[in-house]
Amino acid sequence: MSTAVQGGTLSAPLVRLSGLVKEYPAYVAGRGNVTIRAVDRVDLDIAPGEAYGLVGESGSGKTTLARCLLRLVDTTAGRIEVAGQDVTNATGAGLRALRREMQVVFQDPVGSLDPRSRVADVVAEPLRTHLRLGAKEIEARVLTLLDEVGLGRTFLGRRAHELSGGQCQRVAIARAVALRPRLLVLDEPTSALDVSVQAQILNLLADLRREHGLTYLLISHDLGVVRYLCDRIGVMYLGRIVEQGPAARTMAAPTHPYTQALLASRPSVDGVEGVALVRGEPPSLTDPPPGCSFHPRCWLRAELGDPDRCVDEPPDLRVLAPGVTAACHFAPATPTTDHAPVPR
Amino acid sequence: MSGERARTGALPITAEQPTTGALPITAEQPTTGTLPSTAEQLIRAAAPTPVLEIRGLRLAFQGEERRTVALDGIDLVIAPGEAVGVVGETGCGKTVTGLAAMRLLPASARLTADVLQFDGRDLLTLDDGALRRIRGAEVAMIFQNPTSAFNPVFTIGAQMADVLAAHDRERGDAARERIRIVMASVGMPDVERVMRAYPHQLSGGMLQRAMIATALLCRPRLIIADEPTTALDVTIAAQILALLRRLQLDEGFSVMLITHDLGVVRRVCDRVAVLYAGRVVESATTEALFAAPQHPYTRGLLAAVPRTSASSGPLQTIPGSVPTDIGSITGCAFAPRCPVVQDRCRAEAPWLRDLEPARAAACHFPGVSVVSA
Amino acid sequence: MAIAEAAGEQLARRRAPFPMRAFVRDPLAIIGSVIVLLLIVLAVLGPIIAPYPGARGTGQIDVPSAYLPPSLSHFFGTDELGRDVFSRVILGARPALVVSVLVVGFAMLIGVPLGAIAGYRRGRIDGLIMRTTDLFLAFPPLLLAMVIVAALGPGLEHAAIALIISWWPWYTRIARAVTVSLREQPFVDAARAIGVRDMTIIRRHIVPNSLSPLVVQATVDVGTVILAAGSLAFIGLGARPPQPDWGLMVADGRSVILDQWWVSTFPGLAIFVTVLAFNLVGDVLLRVLDPRHGR
Repeated sequence: MSTAVQGGTLSAPLVRLSGLVKEYPAYVAGRGNVTIRAVDRVDLDIAPGEAYGLVGESGSGKTTLARCLLRLVDTTAGRIEVAGQDVTNATGAGLRALRREMQVVFQDPVGSLDPRSRVADVVAEPLRTHLRLGAKEIEARVLTLLDEVGLGRTFLGRRAHELSGGQCQRVAIARAVALRPRLLVLDEPTSALDVSVQAQILNLLADLRREHGLTYLLISHDLGVVRYLCDRIGVMYLGRIVEQGPAARTMAAPTHPYTQALLASRPSVDGVEGVALVRGEPPSLTDPPPGCSFHPRCWLRAELGDPDRCVDEPPDLRVLAPGVTAACHFAPATPTTDHAPVPR
Repeated sequence: MSGERARTGALPITAEQPTTGALPITAEQPTTGTLPSTAEQLIRAAAPTPVLEIRGLRLAFQGEERRTVALDGIDLVIAPGEAVGVVGETGCGKTVTGLAAMRLLPASARLTADVLQFDGRDLLTLDDGALRRIRGAEVAMIFQNPTSAFNPVFTIGAQMADVLAAHDRERGDAARERIRIVMASVGMPDVERVMRAYPHQLSGGMLQRAMIATALLCRPRLIIADEPTTALDVTIAAQILALLRRLQLDEGFSVMLITHDLGVVRRVCDRVAVLYAGRVVESATTEALFAAPQHPYTRGLLAAVPRTSASSGPLQTIPGSVPTDIGSITGCAFAPRCPVVQDRCRAEAPWLRDLEPARAAACHFPGVSVVSA
Repeated sequence: MAIAEAAGEQLARRRAPFPMRAFVRDPLAIIGSVIVLLLIVLAVLGPIIAPYPGARGTGQIDVPSAYLPPSLSHFFGTDELGRDVFSRVILGARPALVVSVLVVGFAMLIGVPLGAIAGYRRGRIDGLIMRTTDLFLAFPPLLLAMVIVAALGPGLEHAAIALIISWWPWYTRIARAVTVSLREQPFVDAARAIGVRDMTIIRRHIVPNSLSPLVVQATVDVGTVILAAGSLAFIGLGARPPQPDWGLMVADGRSVILDQWWVSTFPGLAIFVTVLAFNLVGDVLLRVLDPRHGR
């Protein structure tokens, strides 16, 4: 089980996922009813004040993990603790109280706002749900929140269709921080935005985190975004975390072959080119590869002459360096230079 | 060679081809009407006919209540065998530029251009029949969402055979053979199964390969790819981009790659045109553009992309947002957001001017940088 | 072409919930709206406008003037009791409109919340509600009306009850379908993540956003209910004489339709025009509120 290590000191984690499993029933032609394991025994700790980036492609389970954490779906097995309290089994008033501590910003800025609601009502909704405040007090708080995200009072009466994508996302962020939660889950918060707007929102998120001491769980497929906002990152593949470590170090010197492939595949503006390291098609969730789920596409395995261990034995997360873990039988502590990104 | 690839079933790991940067010089003409220099005229005369030549393309949509301007004077030239990236954010007009090149616009579109030629033929005056013969055969398009580009109730093989039949190419067994060859060249694993499969049975990456294969069937001279990898995972996108580049260099067709992702352009394109508010604001070879961007918008865009390498402080942002009403802009469209704006910029809209051969920017003060405090 | 249109739509502003201008400029909408407004006026001012309203607002009885053909003094002629058909048609607007609005209103009041709950909760509650809905849908409205009339006695009010019971399942179906699609929207997830209670989510977020298809259906239904009430009256299960019910009037003139055609025809036309008007308005509303169906 990983521990939250922040600069050498151990602190009680704000978020602790233990053995989290989420399964879905599915129907496959020819095989009947099968079970898909979207999240496969994940252990994850996030320290208070930390920004943790969860990286992966489609089918990795990162979004499902977030939805389990937020109790938007129920977990199949495992335990979720936030601020020391059990989230997995909470219900009713207890669950509602827990929700005050963790809020979310979604990927679709326009879709995450009720098309019929005005901005003022959108931002006020969390306040109205949990607090007993007078109308004037609520309006004052709403204005403060809008100000924090860089929107003036002219936005109070507007509706989602009158706002740009970036403005909608700002409203969503204002709503998310309204109750001063301790944890903010950001699910691809800038994927739907233009580059220039994305930069504005990322700066805003960085500022807010600093000002309010927020803890972030950032889910993204964009490694640049994750590098910018996060202290630590976890790379997911087919429901499991395959690498975890400090953001800067993991980007500069990834240890797991999948992470290396991800970094090399990314078309970089800096012209740092890699080779297309990953072969073949993404794995099927209904028919996952045995052993290490990455082995059919793994370049390292090909390089090593296709060792059987990858097929027979699923690798556990091994500590390769302080704070760095990877789930690979053969991953060295430092990456080989043969497949490191080649500068142009 | 293609046959072997099909048998192994996996895309071979290929190293990226470096971009050469050495291209036939097709100097872009300024649209103010000043005559090109004699030297440029001579160079131009020696160059082969561009596959696509667009000058002064203007496009508006006539709605019930109002008229929305989409393009305000696009200049774009694509030489044979060249991959040109058309880059911009939402609303800059990049998608409609690609559609205009295929004359695939809706009835409400009002299109005018000084020059709109495909391979020397005037697209504006061709009749519907001639346009139909060109579309899909000589100019093919690849879309962002491969799932919706195919008809869900027909097999992939049937739809590809339809393309061949529509352009009076191979039929029956000959068609199937041609399809097999093309599928193999795009590295499609298990070709027979894919030909018999319906779109919903294939993954996004495979469908995108199928779409590329469909585009290649009639040996086009130009492929217009509109955000071909945006909907795909990073690792699959990398494969598709490598594939596209390899095919382009092998077969010799030109590519217009429309995207918002500068990294994609850098990887795949020989030249880049940056669009803003319906106009080309900068045009250069890929190398030159990324090494030394001249237009303040290009610089802003590059500075705003978060890097995986060491980050230093907040991201540089471009304040404000993209203009929504292009038709009513006076002066430079970027002026309200430009860090080096001067009075002249607000009064007078700059035209796309040559700065060097094969390099142009629409700015009164190109290359001027802000001295950061 | 979908792609080209998508490009065009990218540039057009995102659609506001109700574009008034598009509505006002459509000629069919204008015709339909004018007729509907006329009906409302007649419903409100009927007894005042009608030339021969009679003491109880059911038409002035004047037996010697029975079966007079249409003329300047009696635009639509007179019926078997000498009552002015024109006046009775005007007087009939009020009960027609009142009954249909009440029926549609109550049907929505019952049907929509049930459909929203079914669509939001899914699972067992969904199954329970929808099977009940299917049960009621299976009942032929006429049979239902007969059963109720047999139990409670004839009359317009009882016919209305029968109609409400027949009608609410349609709204449940629509509300459920819309709710199921809305439920997947991020803004519903956002409300759940905030901790808003389920019923509050349904009330505040789901129902207001489901109004479009419901409003369209309700508008058309007002016309259809008038027709249904008229049909029930025609077979003697609804309004009773001397009420100026259009359906009843058509029934009364049945036996003399070949010679004194005006007694049945004009009330019949009234029903026809009314249903048409509501259909036109509903159709335009559909096109205006749901961009995919129009143009």
